[in-house]
Amino acid sequence: MNHLLEVKDLEVKFALRSGELTAIDGVSFTLDKGERLGIVGESGAGKSVTGFAIINLLSRPGYISAGKILFEGQELHRLSEEEIRKIRGDRISMIFQDPMMTLNPVLTISTQMVETVLAHRNVSKADALDLSLENLKKVYIPSPEKRLSQYPHECSGGMRQRIIVAIALLTNPSLIIADEPSTALDVTIQAGIMDLLLELCETEDMSLILITHDLAVVSQVTEKIAVMYAGKIVEAGSTETIIRDPKHPYTQGLIKALPGSLQPGSRLNQIPGMMPTLTDIPLGCAFHPRCTINATVCQMETPALISVDDHDQMTACHMVK
Amino acid sequence: MEKITNSILTVKNLIKHFDISGGLLDQLKVEKRRFIRKRTTVKALNGVSFSIMPRETLGIVGESGCGKSTLARAVLGLYPPNSGEIHYQNNRIDNLTPQKMLSYRKKMQMIFQDPYASLNPRMTVKKTLEEPVYFHNASITSREVKDKVAEVMQQVGVDPKWAGRYPHEFSGGQRQRISIARALMVDPEFVVADEPVSALDVSIQAQILNLLMEAQEDRGLTYMFITHDLSVVKHISSWVAVMYLGTICELVSTKTLFESPRHPYTQALLSAIPELGRKKPKHIKLKGEVPTPIDLPTGCIFHGRCLYVNNRCTHEIPQLIQLDSGTRVACHGVEEERI
Repeated sequence: MNHLLEVKDLEVKFALRSGELTAIDGVSFTLDKGERLGIVGESGAGKSVTGFAIINLLSRPGYISAGKILFEGQELHRLSEEEIRKIRGDRISMIFQDPMMTLNPVLTISTQMVETVLAHRNVSKADALDLSLENLKKVYIPSPEKRLSQYPHECSGGMRQRIIVAIALLTNPSLIIADEPSTALDVTIQAGIMDLLLELCETEDMSLILITHDLAVVSQVTEKIAVMYAGKIVEAGSTETIIRDPKHPYTQGLIKALPGSLQPGSRLNQIPGMMPTLTDIPLGCAFHPRCTINATVCQMETPALISVDDHDQMTACHMVK
Repeated sequence: MEKITNSILTVKNLIKHFDISGGLLDQLKVEKRRFIRKRTTVKALNGVSFSIMPRETLGIVGESGCGKSTLARAVLGLYPPNSGEIHYQNNRIDNLTPQKMLSYRKKMQMIFQDPYASLNPRMTVKKTLEEPVYFHNASITSREVKDKVAEVMQQVGVDPKWAGRYPHEFSGGQRQRISIARALMVDPEFVVADEPVSALDVSIQAQILNLLMEAQEDRGLTYMFITHDLSVVKHISSWVAVMYLGTICELVSTKTLFESPRHPYTQALLSAIPELGRKKPKHIKLKGEVPTPIDLPTGCIFHGRCLYVNNRCTHEIPQLIQLDSGTRVACHGVEEERI
């Protein structure tokens, strides 16, 4: 009960006419207060679905078919829509990828901020406005008074993402789930947003789940990493260990595929093939068709996520002892 | 880089402005109680000059809105430039009639960013690949085309058996392979790749970059490689042009760029790239945001955000100057040895 968030054996299914698809297959992790976790993986790995499942944002035909989500002692997966709304946007805030889509284009910034405060707090409109202004200052928006009366289209992409961070902060959440918060932004803007998130986590004692495909970004910001592949966590542990000494062939492949680490012009280490679709996830280890090892046991049995090397590092691979 | 004689492509002082003022009513503005007619132009390229040597790769980097893609399209003649010259192997090509341009189009091909948007969903792979060949070579026999399709598909790593399939039956990485195949079908010499790997996952990105490097090796291709990803540029290109608001602020060999970036913007850009596992010292924070290309700043276009700005920067436009290290940089501060 000491963890801020505990996800246990989470399973998410999508009920389609052609049958049920398992998008998340037994994902478990914990997050303590003030901790920052990165969920890394390529498109289709199930990172975003995991984020959505935590705050019950899955829309039909997706549903949580098994497992537990405990947050501050509450079982989130059992809450009714009305009850979860008291937590979502209040104790847990979410930041989405595309700042152009997240804000309502026909409402001013102040309307959208005040609306959020009033939905969760019993305060006057004037107080809500003051709080909004204060939060815009926290995210270093120049001339925040002016911004309040503006519409989203009057702000640049980076500015919008800062405003979204400010909205997420309005209720002093203990956890922020950020789904690819900087992917749509330029590098210089991305660096600014990541600095901001890191600083806020420290000053406000917030926890962060950072969902991204970018290992480099994760390694700058988080303390723990979970690498996902085809709906499962294949490797987890402290950021430092995983980057320095990845054990799972997929993590190794991902790190080696980055162009930064090699002699320019040399051949990049590619992982052959591609991530399987949910309709035909291979038997045994889902990674075996792309893996360099690919032993018989890999094709027969699904490897469990087990500890390696006495560290806090966990790997799901038959070949890692 | 200087001599035109050896280069495959030379661009001189290219300017491209887009008029976005709309109809007459949109142009009318009230000023001092009188109606005036005012045009609005986006100044996408403002005097860009560079050249590319055969078999080399020039990387063009910069953030969104800096004119990278406009440059790519202008070079291929997809946008007529307002002024400036484009030379392809010593022949000026920016003022040619569409008829005369045809023979160059065969030599210059393009690969686009989004493999979902750049392939016609209603054409099979076979048709997509055949079309450019028939277009540029009317006398070719269908037998030859068929062999060519199979050969190029093999080369880009798509099984020729799948030639009868439609684009939606392929994944993003495979579609990008097909886009590359389409560009290679007419045996070009020069390929412009506009963010060819930006829409792909890391493991697929490595596959496509390897494919592009192999094709360059086998066919002796010259690339103009446009991307916002500096680690990709570092890996694939021999030269890099860093763009900001429609101008080149630094033009330099890749090695020198990463060892000693000179322009303040390049320095900020490089410091912002997240690096795997290495916690960086604080990156250089730029003031403010990229100004709009409709209202360009006077003087050095970067002066509003620069940490080393002085009076000269605000009114005099810096020209690209060559330093001893071979770096060409457009910055008064570097010229005056302040930076």
